[in-house]
Amino acid sequence: MSQPRSSAEIGALYQEMILDHYRRPRNKGTLENADASVEMKNPLCGDEIGLQVAFEGDCVCDLKFSGRGCSISQASASMMTQLVKGKSTGQIDAIRKQFRDLMLGDSSAADDPEMRSLRALSGVARFPARVKCALLAWNALDSAMADRSSQGTAR
Amino acid sequence: MKLRPDSEFPADLKVRPDFPLLVNNPGLHYLDSAATSQKPRVVLDALRNFYETANANPHRGAYALSLRATEVYHESRDRIAQFLGVRDSDCLIFTRGTTEGLNLVAGSWGMANVASGDEIVVTAMDHHANFVPWQVLAMRKGAKFRVCELTPDSKIDLDFLNGLLNKRTKVVAFSHVSNALGTINPIPEIARLVREKSDAILVCDGAQSAPHFPVAFDSLGVDFYAFSGHKMLGPMGIGGLIGNREMLEEMPPYQTGGDMIEFVHDDRTTWNVLPHKFEAGTPNAANAVGLAAAVEYLDGIGMDRVRSHERALMSAAQERLSAIEGLHIYGPPASERSGVLSFTLGDVHPHDLATILDGEGVCIRAGHHCAQPLMRRLDVPATARASFYVYNDESDIDALVAGILKAREIFGYAPV
Repeated sequence: MSQPRSSAEIGALYQEMILDHYRRPRNKGTLENADASVEMKNPLCGDEIGLQVAFEGDCVCDLKFSGRGCSISQASASMMTQLVKGKSTGQIDAIRKQFRDLMLGDSSAADDPEMRSLRALSGVARFPARVKCALLAWNALDSAMADRSSQGTAR
Repeated sequence: MKLRPDSEFPADLKVRPDFPLLVNNPGLHYLDSAATSQKPRVVLDALRNFYETANANPHRGAYALSLRATEVYHESRDRIAQFLGVRDSDCLIFTRGTTEGLNLVAGSWGMANVASGDEIVVTAMDHHANFVPWQVLAMRKGAKFRVCELTPDSKIDLDFLNGLLNKRTKVVAFSHVSNALGTINPIPEIARLVREKSDAILVCDGAQSAPHFPVAFDSLGVDFYAFSGHKMLGPMGIGGLIGNREMLEEMPPYQTGGDMIEFVHDDRTTWNVLPHKFEAGTPNAANAVGLAAAVEYLDGIGMDRVRSHERALMSAAQERLSAIEGLHIYGPPASERSGVLSFTLGDVHPHDLATILDGEGVCIRAGHHCAQPLMRRLDVPATARASFYVYNDESDIDALVAGILKAREIFGYAPV
């Protein structure tokens, strides 16, 4: 059986920044004139996220999220919206990949300067049952970007 | 901490040493028995013993070993039937568990007897296993699917039920005990209403009752009762459906194949007698033997004592948890609930709570408990649930309380 978690690991998981984003989420709400709108659920634990994205050329110019869930899923969504706003889809893909690697246990991914606030979620990697919470918003964003590219609606 | 002395409901069982997993993990506080129970050594021994002394395919061989396998399989059925107060043990069909038992009734009796315009009633506290099969049946047959609402203290609203029942009601399905809230439902009252106002069959989900207090099917007043072995100290993958003989005999088979046939002609097949008609394929003999060992073990303790032990733990836990600021307990008063305690803590999400408790070696369930219709009505996405069984004691409550206080320390306090 896996060992119970140490206090240090629990402390590393619930950093101040995560609790702050959980209680004061950034970019929460709905977006007028969104180009893509995605809803995703984590049926196992009931986390829900709705993500609305507006694109300008190849860039995500604005996005907002809605829904409810645990502190990890909500903080991850909040941080993600702050970090990707104004970035190109190519840049976002690169960050998403790094973040995914970080969650799957590659701690060197945290060295990427683009990761910024996402490093606060590093502790999640030690909790395999919670990785899906941290990735939910990113999966929603990936789906929104895919929807948009399949429609071929650059404006 | 010491429990208050309570002569009526003592929490005096000391059976943890009988459970190898708990012995091997001394710091573990297992409070998720409503999901699945731990297994005593006698059950594990019975499984091994079957494979080492009696393993062959029951009902098939002409040789002594196969006869031995057949014999122990049916002895197990008799033993479990005795435990659940079933005199006619042929009316106890082995299934994979409660879910399969309920699907059997919906798929066989339901498909044969429910017609367009008929009505099916379930309750808002039923978990998905006793909700979705009926919803699907109603959709297939063009029947109306009705959900009985709950009272503010999370009991079945009998007035509401009364209003739902009529001559077109064909099925009333409900849980004996709610898995998410622990509510113990009053079968006599429910049965009286249903019999008075309709000709519906009564289908009782016993997943959370058979493990926790005495159940006697023959005097229960329902037509079908489904249960799971793994929640009552038995192995996973075995459980049963108990039914009214007349109905079982009239029902078409649920699955077809070997063992359930009498004679297979080229153009038609006739069915075997009960219980075989509903047990297609090689039976799960080893797990039936394991479950028989589990009920033998429970009878050794005494089901009244199991109930009083859990009730004492529940009262103590409820008292200590309700003293924690920001902690909200769902469900009826302790006297009307089994050993299940569902709660939330301020704005701390139950998953975060479960992770922090895991850090203290405390296993609880966090989520919707496979009861999303109920969670919608409680207006919460999820709750934390601690559930008690024979091997729990005061130290588990101590650890639970300590873990909750730790969560408060990490998250601070913010009311919802």
